[in-house]
Amino acid sequence: MAARPRQNLHSAWRTVKDHLATSLAILATLLVVAPLVAIFFYLIYKGASSLNLAFFTQIPKPEGEVGGGMANAIVGSAVVLGVASFFGIPIGIGGGIYLAEFGRGTKLANAIRFTADVLNGVPSIVMGIAAFSLIVVPMHHFSSFAGGVALGIMMIPTVTRTTEEMLLMVPHSVREAALGLGVPNWRSVLSITLKTASPGVITGCMLAFARVAGETAPLLFTALGNQFWSVSLNHEISALPLQIYNYAISPYDDQHRQAWAGSLVLIALIVIAVSLVRFFTSRGTLKGAS
Amino acid sequence: MGVAIEVKALNAWYGATHTLQDIELNIPANHATALIGPSGCGKSTFVRCLNRMHETNPIARVTGTVRIGDLDIYNDISPVEIRRRVGMVFQRPNPFPTMSIYDNVCSGLKLNGYRNRRELDEIVERSLRSAALWDEVKDDLKKKSGASLSGGQQQRMCIARALAVDPEVLLMDEPASALDPVSTSKIEDLIFQLKSQYTIVIVTHNMQQAARVAEKTGFFLNGRLVEFDSTHKIFTNPSDKRTEDYITGRFG
Repeated sequence: MAARPRQNLHSAWRTVKDHLATSLAILATLLVVAPLVAIFFYLIYKGASSLNLAFFTQIPKPEGEVGGGMANAIVGSAVVLGVASFFGIPIGIGGGIYLAEFGRGTKLANAIRFTADVLNGVPSIVMGIAAFSLIVVPMHHFSSFAGGVALGIMMIPTVTRTTEEMLLMVPHSVREAALGLGVPNWRSVLSITLKTASPGVITGCMLAFARVAGETAPLLFTALGNQFWSVSLNHEISALPLQIYNYAISPYDDQHRQAWAGSLVLIALIVIAVSLVRFFTSRGTLKGAS
Repeated sequence: MGVAIEVKALNAWYGATHTLQDIELNIPANHATALIGPSGCGKSTFVRCLNRMHETNPIARVTGTVRIGDLDIYNDISPVEIRRRVGMVFQRPNPFPTMSIYDNVCSGLKLNGYRNRRELDEIVERSLRSAALWDEVKDDLKKKSGASLSGGQQQRMCIARALAVDPEVLLMDEPASALDPVSTSKIEDLIFQLKSQYTIVIVTHNMQQAARVAEKTGFFLNGRLVEFDSTHKIFTNPSDKRTEDYITGRFG
């Protein structure tokens, strides 16, 4: 009879431990989410009141005048990010494919992997200086192209490493199935392995995109910023982070308000861009696909 | 139609491990041949040498000759081409998870650039019928993912996928070992029907399965082919003591 109460005590202690672990996990989740929610609401509180149609349709007013908008910076961000994705995503994915499928265990692959990890840790302003000396100096002027390249280089390590990780998660049996059907290896890698890994690869690209979308430092000596309209790859261009930076350090209240509004728009646009990509890439998914 | 397989002085290695030693074997056309033996005896390596899948492992090496039909597969033909003639079904069902049932079945053709829709439709139906899966999946061929089927259905889909490229030989590496008894018996019925058109080589752990489906049986032990004869003879009157010990359950 003595065994029974002891057993109950034991199971009660197990329940307590279970609840404890669950609460810790919930607490950790809240701690992670809280700053994000706080930032977002603070941005809405500070920025929403300054949002109006002019913000999205007009270019900045001359120094000291009230009104105007960031239309040129929104378009400029799109141009610079377009250039960055054009270079960063294909090169990054290509590198990831090499690391996971062709170079496994080779010295070159280890060197690339190490370089990518180091590149990931390089301060973003250094990327700006690199793009400045590689592109701006030889061309003798600032350009949106140089800004895009600087951001593109920043995207590569993230895209490469996530692509590699995602490809390695594709089961070996799936590769064997393709090879066993008489599919050439390169075809199997592109059409089977990469396709199977594509949800994760796309997430990696989106992470890299979202990260560089908010970068200011690499654009300071490359895209430079511009108070006027420009969509040319060959001229200096405005971008939301640059405009926010310039307005935030300016002495005018109206520009401070616009900087808050710009920050809110930047976050909203990143969320929209990522959601759109998710929506379009998940549309073809079949019932029961894993 | 199936073709005969002739294996001479076949040796295979994984790194320094000598997994197959001096295998000599003639597999008849349009019959099912079973390979039995304890785990690690080399029977899987052996079938993987018949479609050159063995060499997809970077540390693997192979010597000797394998003739399939009138082709010396290690000299006359590229590994990619031989795999189109020698289909393979693996131990665990391995559907392409992102593809529909339809795309899974015709993947071998599509990935090699075959595009004629009407013919693809016909081939998919014919292959699924041959694999006894058509009636179960015909309504959601393009709607459902291949991975959404049950394990037994997935394996039959993988058989249909192998048949769709119209091979001469079908290699099956323990095709039913991950399946329940009902699915297993369906796969066995299938092998029975398919062997009139294809040369089938089936690796199995299950001796009753070998006895049920195969005319010929080979017994592998420690990388060597101990005995190869008619299934009846292997199971009733084996000439080698080790075969007898294995089939009577004294080891393995």
